Amino acid sequence: MDIKDIIKPENLVYKRTPLLTSNTLSYCPGCGHGTTHRVIMEVIEEMGIQADTIGIAPVGCSVLAYDFMDIDMVQAAHGRAPAVATGIKRTWPEKFVFSYQGDGDLAAIGTSETIHCCNRGESIVIIFINNGIYGMTGGQMAPTTLVGMKSSTSPYGRDVAFMGNPLKITELVAQLPGTCFVTRQAVHTPAAVRKTKKAVRMAFENQKANKGLSFIEVVSNCNSGWKMTPVAANKWMEENMFPFYPLGDMKVDGRIVSKELLSLAGVKTE
Amino acid sequence: MGELQLMKGNEAIAEAAIRAGCDAYFGYPITPQSEVLEYLMSEKAYERTGMVVLQAESELAAINMVYGAASTGKRVMTSSSSPGISLKQEGISYMAGAELPCLIVNVVRGGPGLGTIQPSQADYFQSTKGGGHGDYRLLVLAPASVQEMSDFVKLAFDLAFKYRNPALILSDGVIGQMMEKVELFEQQPRATTFDQSWVTTGKTPNRERNIITSLNLDPVLQEQHNHHLQEKYERMKAEVRFERYHCDDAEYLMVAYGSSARICQKAVLLAREKGIRVGLLRPITLYPFPSEPLLELSKQVKGILSVEMSAGQMIEDVRLAVHDTVKVEHYGRYGGVIHSPEEVLDAFMKKIVGG
Ligand SMILES: Cc1ncc(C[n+]2csc(CCOP(=O)(O)OP(=O)(O)O)c2C)c(N)n1
Ligand code: SF4
Ligand SMILES: [Mg+2]
Repeated sequence: MDIKDIIKPENLVYKRTPLLTSNTLSYCPGCGHGTTHRVIMEVIEEMGIQADTIGIAPVGCSVLAYDFMDIDMVQAAHGRAPAVATGIKRTWPEKFVFSYQGDGDLAAIGTSETIHCCNRGESIVIIFINNGIYGMTGGQMAPTTLVGMKSSTSPYGRDVAFMGNPLKITELVAQLPGTCFVTRQAVHTPAAVRKTKKAVRMAFENQKANKGLSFIEVVSNCNSGWKMTPVAANKWMEENMFPFYPLGDMKVDGRIVSKELLSLAGVKTE
Repeated sequence: MGELQLMKGNEAIAEAAIRAGCDAYFGYPITPQSEVLEYLMSEKAYERTGMVVLQAESELAAINMVYGAASTGKRVMTSSSSPGISLKQEGISYMAGAELPCLIVNVVRGGPGLGTIQPSQADYFQSTKGGGHGDYRLLVLAPASVQEMSDFVKLAFDLAFKYRNPALILSDGVIGQMMEKVELFEQQPRATTFDQSWVTTGKTPNRERNIITSLNLDPVLQEQHNHHLQEKYERMKAEVRFERYHCDDAEYLMVAYGSSARICQKAVLLAREKGIRVGLLRPITLYPFPSEPLLELSKQVKGILSVEMSAGQMIEDVRLAVHDTVKVEHYGRYGGVIHSPEEVLDAFMKKIVGG
């Protein structure tokens, strides 16, 4: 069979969404940022909302998200994406607005904006890439860095007495009345990508129905920052990140569904 | 004649914002400017014109909400006082870099630090030399009356959109808190009339995507962008505004803006009662600074007193303008203390006439 026969349109099984530009991704090979971009753009394409969507790029490795997403975008100061999104959504309530943020951006310098934006229940979508590290600046400790995990500013591992505890900000925002949908997903396997895509779709549908804020954490790898090969990084993530940051929905349609959170609140689950 | 009302300066700012067709206000309380947000809420600005009014969780959030709304081409503003304006500087620098129009109001109080809630003019450097990081300038207007608090809101929005640049109203606790008669301008529609080719409101099939950013990883491109900004700041010099008071026959000059200009008017009259012909040049725009009219006037006078409620900030621009051809001294009480006309006159006699 000739290559020309193979690339016939009827043989097509997968096609890059036209909402991703043809610019070469600036991410390290194997990094979860690129896959997450793709998932978001596919959802926007499928919902036919490109002309009504405004994305907010953070400061972090995904600062150049606007080079890859073929939508109108605003680049925000470090941590301030939820405030920027609020300014846009409040003045354009009929538009779709989402922010895309790393863990340093969302859970360290921008914690206040994150909490208050969620608590006000702004009708937006927040996509939160948790790779447990500051990728862009060269692998420093993040608020999400695991206990004992090494980074360039915790070279002997995160020591709680010295450096404090890792922050589960997603569990925190799930308890705020302004959030409608809160979930933690991953993009390291095709099955995980499918689940994340379903979650992103639900988040944008929530925004369409004005149900409140949807918050999607994507536990992701940073093979460069973790100093591992992409394959080893994904394995390490499964073995170390997922036990501390368990995947799954925490809140759906404004109701907490995570057993962990319910038991924290004193609600008995069988 | 328009509608007349007795109002505080801060209330005039808020009423003018509604009437100027402002689309959104984001702010955080701080004395002595909290009346702006309070007035917008009690007036139900959101019902009168549909304007968005939101109390943010901090000045950081407020300025970044402004940044977001301004990215979409809306007429948007915030107000604060000195410590809050310091917090906003990163956001203002981003807006200058991304060339976003907006209005920022600073009702200045005494500093440094938490300082005092009393009036001051010690934020001149911060306002006119950039304020945050990088090479940038704001359009800076200095009202000296409650009337100008109202009028300059409209003017500042017009200039901000004309140049795609943040505009700042540099007021102080005196003008913000005092009550005066104001002639209010007519309600304007919340309609956008400017070029909207750059706004981020969703990419439609007929155009490329729009991006609002201040980032340029390539230093050569960033230098080009800086050149473009500098050219714009040069063009902004056409907007210079000032007022001359008893200048025609003046043999001495005072230079003062805002509430200090009001005090100097009285000091000028006191000096003239003594037979000393003093004039007052009041810069209305602090950036661009009225350097040329000042240079012109300097040729006819024997000395200049720069008066400001600070340890001496504007005096640097006064000296630069007159090229050291004439004696220039500074006078001002500061840290929240307001000088009296008599104190100004006394300093003028000692530093300029006697010295
Ligand atoms: C005000 C400010 N402080 C610090 C920085 C430097 N900085 C850039 S990216 C970054 C960390 C980003 O980490 P994260 O949000 O986790 O994103 P990642 O790169 O891991 O995706 C920091 C500290 C900055 N740009 N601005
Ligand atoms: S440094 Fe880490 S987060 Fe950044 S692109 Fe590389 S792998 Fe991804
Ligand atoms: Mg990170």
